[in-house]
Amino acid sequence: MYIIRHRSLFFWITGLFLAGAVGAILLWGLPLGIDFTGGSLMQVSYPQGRPALADIEKQISALPLGVVSIRSSGTNAISIRTRTMTPAEHDTVLAAISSHASTTELAYTSVGPALGSQFTNKALWAIFAVMLVIVFYIAFAFRKVSRPVPSWGYGLTVVAMLAIDIIVPTGFYAAYCHFTGAEVDSLFVVALLALLGYCVNDVIVIFDRIREHLARNEKLGLKESFEDTIGKSINETMTRSINTALTVALALTVLIFLGAPATRNFALVMLVGIVIGTFSSIARSAPLLIPIAKWFAKK
Amino acid sequence: MTRYRVFAAIALIAGFLLTYFVWSTEADPYSAYHFKLGLDLAGGTELVYKADMSQTPPDERSDALSALQGVIERRVNLFGVAEPLVQTEQASALSGVTEDRLIVDLPGVTDIKAAVAALGETPTLEFKLATTTRTGTTTATTYLSTGLTGRYLSSAALEFGSGATAGLAAPQVLLNFNSDGAKLFEKITSENVGQPLAIFLDGQPISEPIIQEAIPGGQATITGRFTATEARDLVRNLNFGALPVPIELENSSSVGPTLGAAAISAGVFAGIVGFIIVALFMIGWYRLPGIVSALALAEYLAFMLSVIKVIPVTLTASGIAGLIISVGMAVDANVLIFERTKEELREGKSPREAVHIGFSRAWPAIRDGHLTMIISGIILFWLGTSIVQGFALVFVLGVLASFVSAVSLSRVFLLAIVPEHKEGLWSFLMGSGGHNA
Repeated sequence: MYIIRHRSLFFWITGLFLAGAVGAILLWGLPLGIDFTGGSLMQVSYPQGRPALADIEKQISALPLGVVSIRSSGTNAISIRTRTMTPAEHDTVLAAISSHASTTELAYTSVGPALGSQFTNKALWAIFAVMLVIVFYIAFAFRKVSRPVPSWGYGLTVVAMLAIDIIVPTGFYAAYCHFTGAEVDSLFVVALLALLGYCVNDVIVIFDRIREHLARNEKLGLKESFEDTIGKSINETMTRSINTALTVALALTVLIFLGAPATRNFALVMLVGIVIGTFSSIARSAPLLIPIAKWFAKK
Repeated sequence: MTRYRVFAAIALIAGFLLTYFVWSTEADPYSAYHFKLGLDLAGGTELVYKADMSQTPPDERSDALSALQGVIERRVNLFGVAEPLVQTEQASALSGVTEDRLIVDLPGVTDIKAAVAALGETPTLEFKLATTTRTGTTTATTYLSTGLTGRYLSSAALEFGSGATAGLAAPQVLLNFNSDGAKLFEKITSENVGQPLAIFLDGQPISEPIIQEAIPGGQATITGRFTATEARDLVRNLNFGALPVPIELENSSSVGPTLGAAAISAGVFAGIVGFIIVALFMIGWYRLPGIVSALALAEYLAFMLSVIKVIPVTLTASGIAGLIISVGMAVDANVLIFERTKEELREGKSPREAVHIGFSRAWPAIRDGHLTMIISGIILFWLGTSIVQGFALVFVLGVLASFVSAVSLSRVFLLAIVPEHKEGLWSFLMGSGGHNA
């Protein structure tokens, strides 16, 4: 019952997280990768040791490519980001940086500007559509419990929560990008989508408990305040929420430390999202139903 | 109980067989069931072309696109790549503009420039009517598209005809149209006798013969400023396919073999370590049910990997992410059931009864959770780009499998060993956390 009694405290904590995340996004922005903006990205390694970045910059600056950003990645590798290059331009860059040292090109990606903006569109649509369907499904699944909150109220609560569950890790990633130079790529979008799936499941488990208690109280004619029902449901599902989050978090931590570099940022976003999501489903999702119920009682 | 033991034995044997299948097909270099790895893991080049359909009537777009696909496939095969993949994609109506794309996957190829050259050097062929307008002293020639393009070509051949310079046989290119093309060509020539009909190759006019009379039969000859070699190359390229519509390289990416190999070995290693840690946690906390869930999870993984091999699903980095999340969901279903079982035990039910009730109580939450995830996955697959689709496909398969495994496997295994009464050791085995049952 601790959480229900102190629910305003948890709302405040949530607000703080949300403000921090929105602040980070507004302050530092999300550096969009070439998947979104278009452009070319080369990853090159120097097997015999990497020359100074300034030297590499000098080799490239002679080429008519406009603004080029060069960053080191790993011990002996660099990544070069430019505007969208033609295959011929890509070859000249490769030749330019290989003039004094032997290089191996690890990966090269080039995205046309039109395709980039389309990816952004599609990603936003997908997230939006998934949320919409979740509202409808939950409204349907909870159709038999319409007091004291109408069944679509559960759906809306879940979506409000999901929005927060996505904004907070996004804010974290904005800060992470700012300090490490990482960029928002398509795997980041995949991570957000996976989080959506995880968090919905998490809330449904708690709501399912509330649904069960409400149905039983009605059947047995028991009088119990909505707050007590919610408090009981949260307590009963707490071990499950924490244990599940712990197992997934363990798997992700392993992925961060032992997995491929390509999935490291993905796993990190997921990890933050799952910790936040678990906190949010325990401390916020169900308590959020109480003010909604009060609002409906007034009407 | 005997019934459950038989089921459990069957499930265990099936699990061993699946594991053996996954292991043996991977160990056998000639097996047809190797994991299909995406270019980001196996190394290779992906080229995305935009087809310029501005000159193509809307109802012919999908025809033109599949004709384009056929032509590019022939070119790719000529390039000599193992298992190339040429796909078409029509951008969804959601984005407002319909765009037609051609996606070419070339595993093992890392030289983008050579690949682009090999694919892109195919000529586009068009026939246009020339109209010359004279204003004052300047003359301007405008070309009017006739709709007759390389799409309607069935074959091309090299000929040596009597050229303008006496005695020298000039190389000519003979074009044979297909039946639609022949009709179109006859119509154009009959309606425009006396007019010049320009032949455009790759957007450049190469000759402008005057139409003398209607030409039935679907044959045309191009005489131009060819050398014999140029004419021969042109014939070869036309035969391998004149592009029905112009294409433009929009996207290209290549992953070197070292990066891909490192990604795979790191991914597999992380997967194994992750699984062991999760299993240890489950056993440590849930004791006997934990062992059961570790077993059920191992079976779940063997099943998923077999399905991925048999369908086959192309594994990419995002697909592996989908697999990890679905394993998380499978764990969660088990945790839900065990927590419910524990509650029933605490209320004094016998272990078997508790397991039965635990499963039925956990069911609505598992059902709703899994169904929302499956629906979300389907939407993502429908709306997403290829990276998102790679995630969504594995995710949906994984959640479906988890749905089945959680409510059948764990249940059968548990009911096969759990006794009627919790006494002695069973009280410890059925307990969890710091408590005995």
